[in-house]
Amino acid sequence: MADDRSTPKGQDLLRMVEAPDMKEKVPAFRVGDTVDVDVLIKESGRERVQTFRGTCIARKGDGNRETFTVRRIVQGEGVERVLPLHSPHIRDIRVVRRGRVRRAKLHYLRQRTGRATRVAEDLRTRPEDKESEGK
Amino acid sequence: MVKMLIGKKVGMTQVFDDEGRLVPVTVLQVGPCTVTQVKPGGGENAGAVQVGFDDAKPKNVPRPLMGHFRKAGVKPKKVLADTELDGQQSPEPGQQLTVEVFEGVTHVDVQGVSKGRGFAGVVKRHNFSGAPETHGGRFGRRGGSIGTSATPSRVLKGKKMAGHMGAEKVTIRNLEVVRIDPEHDLMLVKGSVAGSNGSYVRVRKAVMPPGR
Repeated sequence: MADDRSTPKGQDLLRMVEAPDMKEKVPAFRVGDTVDVDVLIKESGRERVQTFRGTCIARKGDGNRETFTVRRIVQGEGVERVLPLHSPHIRDIRVVRRGRVRRAKLHYLRQRTGRATRVAEDLRTRPEDKESEGK
Repeated sequence: MVKMLIGKKVGMTQVFDDEGRLVPVTVLQVGPCTVTQVKPGGGENAGAVQVGFDDAKPKNVPRPLMGHFRKAGVKPKKVLADTELDGQQSPEPGQQLTVEVFEGVTHVDVQGVSKGRGFAGVVKRHNFSGAPETHGGRFGRRGGSIGTSATPSRVLKGKKMAGHMGAEKVTIRNLEVVRIDPEHDLMLVKGSVAGSNGSYVRVRKAVMPPGR
């Protein structure tokens, strides 16, 4: 019948299409954390992995469309990279330092320079820590 | 096989290709379509095939149409459309046609009905640039002058003016087929397709594929 509940429809179908593109395991990190991101770079026919370190200032989108923004200061100039979380080019994400922040987006860091760009370290345990213990 | 099937626009998302690049795609549910009639030879649309898509509740189907479906021995459908045949073999009435029809096809044309914009002004409808709202501007989004005076004493045909916009048939040609999923009757095409999510679309093999 047309109104068969068992067959996925609409947005459920979209989610189904996105599912195979998603990584099975995404490292737990939050906005404010300082992360090392291993990015696969292709240049002049060669492939190599480059590590980009910076503060995660935003996570947006869901499903396989989720992206995160990493900001760092290179030679006095702010550099931001917006990376697709589930991209096969993102090889690894490691949390170097946890940040304690009260915003979901840290766009205010763009207005700041020098010592003011630091994010307070978060020394508390997080809910996701318990999950990883169980495994 | 048939050249065209009816489907539904599911929505847009992104997928990664083999290189790991993000590709914007529209997800279409194509078929399953049921053959409701094979037009007899000789007359108009000779040899064409009529296909139906999406089961309809019998109470919503007019009696004469019910008879048409009964003749073909199929469940009543919400949408019907004629399509030409590609090759000689003709399908039988009642036969199910799925996305697999498009297996191996690289490009398709997708026809849909664009979102209705109602009575739209000239800025939205014809991309007029509009005039300043401030600094003493008094013309905002108005269309301005529509022509000269004594000669020709009329407005030229085709003059771009405000009026009804959208809700018209739009064909997007040569959309790249990114993926076909026969299990869920899905087809992923690169780029956008006219119409709102859930609206009906017609998908056909590209009439003028690129590179020919």
